Amino acid sequence: MEKILEKRIDTMQLDPMIPLRAKVKKIFWETEDVFTFELVYDEENRRDFSFKPGQFNMLYSFGVGESAISISSDSDKHGSVLHTIHKVGYVTSALSKLKKGDIVGLRGPFGSSWPLDITKGRDVCIIAGGLGLPPLRPAIYHIFKHRKQYGKVTILYGARSPRDIMFPVELEAWKKKHDVQVEVTVDRADSTWRGHIGVVTTLLSYTELDPEKTTAMICGPEIMMKYTVDELMKNNISDKNIYVSLERNMKCALGFCGHCQYGPSFVCKDGPVFSFSNVTDIFEIREL
Amino acid sequence: MANEMKKIDKNGLGSIISALLEKGYKVIGPVLNGGAIIYDEITGVNDLPEGWGDKQEAATYRVVKRSDKALFGYVVGPHSWKKFLYPQKTKLWEAEKNNKGFDIKPSNGTAVKYAFLGVRSCELNAIQIQDRVFNNGMFADTFYNKIRKEIFTIAVNCTQAGGTCFCVSMDTGPKAKGGYDLALTEVINESGHYFILDEGSEKGREISSKVLSSEASQDEISAADKAVKNAEDNMGRKMNTDGIKEMLYNNHDHPAWALIAARCLSCANCTMVCPTCFCANVDDTTDLTGSHTERWRRWDSCFALDYSKVAGGNFRTSIKARYRQWMTHKLASWIDQFGSSGCVGCGRCISWCPVGIDITKEVELIRETAKA
Ligand SMILES: Cc1cc2nc3c(=O)[nH]c(=O)nc-3n(C[C@H](O)[C@H](O)[C@H](O)COP(=O)(O)OP(=O)(O)OC[C@H]3O[C@@H](n4cnc5c(N)ncnc54)[C@H](O)[C@@H]3O)c2cc1C
Ligand code: SF4
Ligand code: SF4
Ligand code: FES
Repeated sequence: MEKILEKRIDTMQLDPMIPLRAKVKKIFWETEDVFTFELVYDEENRRDFSFKPGQFNMLYSFGVGESAISISSDSDKHGSVLHTIHKVGYVTSALSKLKKGDIVGLRGPFGSSWPLDITKGRDVCIIAGGLGLPPLRPAIYHIFKHRKQYGKVTILYGARSPRDIMFPVELEAWKKKHDVQVEVTVDRADSTWRGHIGVVTTLLSYTELDPEKTTAMICGPEIMMKYTVDELMKNNISDKNIYVSLERNMKCALGFCGHCQYGPSFVCKDGPVFSFSNVTDIFEIREL
Repeated sequence: MANEMKKIDKNGLGSIISALLEKGYKVIGPVLNGGAIIYDEITGVNDLPEGWGDKQEAATYRVVKRSDKALFGYVVGPHSWKKFLYPQKTKLWEAEKNNKGFDIKPSNGTAVKYAFLGVRSCELNAIQIQDRVFNNGMFADTFYNKIRKEIFTIAVNCTQAGGTCFCVSMDTGPKAKGGYDLALTEVINESGHYFILDEGSEKGREISSKVLSSEASQDEISAADKAVKNAEDNMGRKMNTDGIKEMLYNNHDHPAWALIAARCLSCANCTMVCPTCFCANVDDTTDLTGSHTERWRRWDSCFALDYSKVAGGNFRTSIKARYRQWMTHKLASWIDQFGSSGCVGCGRCISWCPVGIDITKEVELIRETAKA
């Protein structure tokens, strides 16, 4: 217990409640309402960003507040981090107005990560819905970089419409790789769209998953994850080999504020990535 | 061990308070204020609510005159020690805009050394429960731990139980089993009015050595034990905790939740008076010029509607879901999270619920027709 505490303090600031200043190095829009910015620590508190794929930071906009935002960049790059943010409300709007050179507050990294170590030697099926792709991108980078350590790799991605697709250029590049299967679908599209149409679960019919060998990592709206898990379990994939990333209201990310409670778990510190076997019993309980 | 106990009188207690003040402690104890016995700063034994007791029932709290001059002749009121260890509002930090963007200055928190006089056994347990919350193995809360480290606790063993007490069911009282610096048992009988004093720590021994005391006789100690036994035998409430975790987990869809919710006002009183509830929200405030901002943490409640809000939705809109979260957290998920129940059986939530929702009765309501 003491050891964990020391480690946290070492890799973070002394008081986990105090944000550190980070500078916006770059900001660009992915879609009409989703932007990505690259953050570097400013000169005074220069340090490495080290994080595991799936973890998140608390980003603070001066005078406005904090939001939990997953890290969407390569976890081997320690000089800066990328955050991909949907502008939905108070804090995220304030963050969206920042310009190159502006300062945000940052606490983190927090939370559990995608099971990339224990998945070595297995097939991986990554399934993302909408803004669920950015939190999975660091896992994808990791797998690509250590491609030989994994078996068959499949990426299934669903967005509302072609305009809402995250990282379209990258997705195209991934598709060209010979050792990865990438399928993208949209809920609705006009006639210029040449790809799949339908919810993300329909993409499962384009791939063959070996129930013994496959580990699935899923991120997206909760309803999308529910249908996806149902479908995977129908294909005999055990809930032990299915991982989901959950979202709850978060005020501290430290296990103190209580807001992120999900049954017996605190999503901020026991999650956000959970083995589905740990939440099977409660996933379908409404308003838990 | 029992033979080493000391005996003091009211003046002796006064000397303990003086010795603590001399050591630089801010002494907090029970005082009568606005029709309730609350915890506030005291400077002497005369500040204590001598001769007062209380009557508690569901949705009822009343102070009453006693026929004797007991100093601790009541049980717990609307306050708990959480108010001092984990204040209702805490400034976490402040920030100032400047040419670097902004600078964040951590708040120093409270530097006060508190001595708590009159901590009941259920409350000692509540403090130990919050210790595990604010030092969860991954993170430690700076503010809580700073105050916590310095406190001096004088426990008071209960010699009578309140109408809503059920510490015996929760195995948290009525006798303090440790975690105190000093413990008192008040005895009033034909041989007089005295306190049996037990030293629980080196810090405690140091203070009690400054106080005039005599060695307690075996009879006097037995009288104290008998008084505590009286509290034990007269609990106002009881709760059957057998397999309670599984029972609540397996009955999230029990019809009783809707019945309770139909009465619940979602006022959050229960979470505010509860000595273990720890939920908090944060507020960011900015001054008029927009260049100075402060981040405050304040108590929050799982009964608040925006508690579970997320962009595009809310996980617990119904009162039913919020009440279920509260009770299931207290009695079930707390065990998974922190290794013990989150309820110490103090009865506050029962007494202070405006509509008399009673956690012990609601558990029974579910248990009667529970799914295994
Ligand atoms: C672990 C985790 C990772 C996340 N990763 C990303 C990401 O990579 N990109 C992204 O765009 N969004 C992400 N979110 C969601 C993001 O935190 C919310 O959209 C954001 O907090 C909304 O804040 P707001 O002030 O703009 O919205 P408002 O609607 O104005 O917020 C009002 C209140 O609701 C809370 N809140 C609202 N939505 C959420 C939510 N979804 N989750 C938690 N609290 C919420 C806010 O803290 C605030 O208290 C993540 C959430 C979690 C829990
Ligand atoms: S739930 Fe009620 S009885 Fe239990 S500790 Fe909290 S206030 Fe006391
Ligand atoms: S019962 Fe509600 S307010 Fe109390 S600690 Fe649990 S979630 Fe927080
Ligand atoms: S976000 Fe505060 S406890 Fe998880």
